[in-house]
Amino acid sequence: MGLHGVLRMAADGEIVVDVRDLRMRYGRTDVLDGVTFAARRGEVLALLGPNGAGKTTTIEILEGFRMRSAGQVSVLGTDPGHGGEDWRARIGVVQQSWRDHAKWRVRELLAHLGRYYAPYSTAELPRPWNADELLATVGLTELAGQKIRRLSGGQRRRLDVAIGIVGRPELLFLDEPTAGFDPQARRDFHDLVHRLSDLDETTIVLTTHDLDEADKLADRIVILAGGQIVADGSADELSRRMSTQAEVKWSRDGQRFVHSADDPTRFVRDLFRQYGESVEDLEVRRASLEDTYMALVRRIEAGADPAYDAVARKFSVVAG
Amino acid sequence: MSAWWTAVRAGFERGWIELKQTYTNADSLIPTVIVLAGFILVMLITRRTVVPGTHFSLGTTMLVSLIGMNVGVNGLATMGALLATEREDGTLLRAKATPNGMAGYLIGKIVAVSGVIVIGVVTTFIPGSFLFHGLAVGSATAWLTLIWVLALGLVATLPMGAVLGSLFPSARSAGLITLAIGGITAVSGIFYPITHLPQWLQVIGQVFPLYWLGLGMRSALLPVSLASVEIGHSWRHLATFGVLGAWAGAGLLVAPVLLRRMARHESGSAVAARREKAMLRVQ
Repeated sequence: MGLHGVLRMAADGEIVVDVRDLRMRYGRTDVLDGVTFAARRGEVLALLGPNGAGKTTTIEILEGFRMRSAGQVSVLGTDPGHGGEDWRARIGVVQQSWRDHAKWRVRELLAHLGRYYAPYSTAELPRPWNADELLATVGLTELAGQKIRRLSGGQRRRLDVAIGIVGRPELLFLDEPTAGFDPQARRDFHDLVHRLSDLDETTIVLTTHDLDEADKLADRIVILAGGQIVADGSADELSRRMSTQAEVKWSRDGQRFVHSADDPTRFVRDLFRQYGESVEDLEVRRASLEDTYMALVRRIEAGADPAYDAVARKFSVVAG
Repeated sequence: MSAWWTAVRAGFERGWIELKQTYTNADSLIPTVIVLAGFILVMLITRRTVVPGTHFSLGTTMLVSLIGMNVGVNGLATMGALLATEREDGTLLRAKATPNGMAGYLIGKIVAVSGVIVIGVVTTFIPGSFLFHGLAVGSATAWLTLIWVLALGLVATLPMGAVLGSLFPSARSAGLITLAIGGITAVSGIFYPITHLPQWLQVIGQVFPLYWLGLGMRSALLPVSLASVEIGHSWRHLATFGVLGAWAGAGLLVAPVLLRRMARHESGSAVAARREKAMLRVQ
């Protein structure tokens, strides 16, 4: 079953993650300000946003590692703030960077952590995964006897993913899974995520600041900026909505002009009516999802008030 | 099989794996051997010196006291430092992300550190008994006393060590635990009879478990006549049991509360923030 199969199923699948009006406040700063979204069974959902957008905070609340200030959150039908061990057994967690168990050996740790899941095994979902099979899946068979501290960054990350899924989770959280990867390692990792999402209808919630990654991996993208959701939809839906905006470039009397227009056809018609033959070098380019996202990231990184930023508003308009 | 029982078994597996790591890893093995060799050297030098007021070797007395000290120092400092370090590197968070992982982690830690302590007792005792004479190892009472002091010493110090580890924010600051314990050792009558210290230092020494562990071990392995140099000219078994028991009770009462609080506050970004702070200090 490929990505499309998952998509089809996701459309009417049960809701696995349900977040409503989630708020997180540190002192006087609102890190999350009314975040609402949901993920269905079998779906791969990407939380996309620039650094500091609140992605990690959101995912840590869903993982049950952080208490929220306000709002309703349900993960596999349970409030993660009060999730017990049997709830914990159904979710897998891959955090941004692990440095633990450096003295342990790869297979030793994977088999050890798998043990804890055995009491939660069911006829439909036998737990845990066999450690050797899992090592083969993530391509670490040759390093099974290696000490963990000797692994490279990419190898370590693949082990982290193996540990995240050793209990055969119904829901897997991946926080910035490819940060610091070279392009080859990134592509391998994307293949791995696709394979995972094809297995057992595993629901995957991942965070990334890279639109390209979200586009490649996710059935649905939720864009988070300044603690608020500014867009929510499939990559196709988002780019269709974005493409209403276009950039028009032309020159007249040796001077270059650039204008962004909601209705470029009409704008160009008016342009010719007004200046006729003197308009030269005309170029009309529809803004891609990437252009709009990059503009948002640039504005936020330049220190503009992210929550009420004009670009963010533009996003909200098209997302709404 | 119940989840709890699985966690207990996984905890023992974990403890065993980490115990093996301690003795197959040059990083942890070399310091252990150096410290042990250093102590034996000091004891050999003081072998001909006698405990004041007796004809008994100070070196032999020191050997026995050190066996007691080893229990206390490992129980408090090693346990504390491991907990602080493994909170910093994310091991605890990993345990938290695993069902019943926290229980397994703690059981594993208790097994591993107890193992280190018991191995420490044995590896000090065996070479010691060849090099030093006069140890009362022939009687069953000696061994019984050694076993109950050792067992009670573990229960008195391991939970307290975990409490210390949960209170200190980083592995680096946990170094203070070792420093403080070094200070306490100095007033615990390990290297010289406590009766030769000023009264107020004697009082301080007797508050902590290290003195009582040393006394308990001396009572087990030294001739009865040596009790004459102790406070009250007695081995004070009842008081030993009382003080170590009080530490055990306090530790078992406080540790679960603090460990639960520590576990609750554990998250990926908390681990990352601590690491960042640690990196800043290095620069």
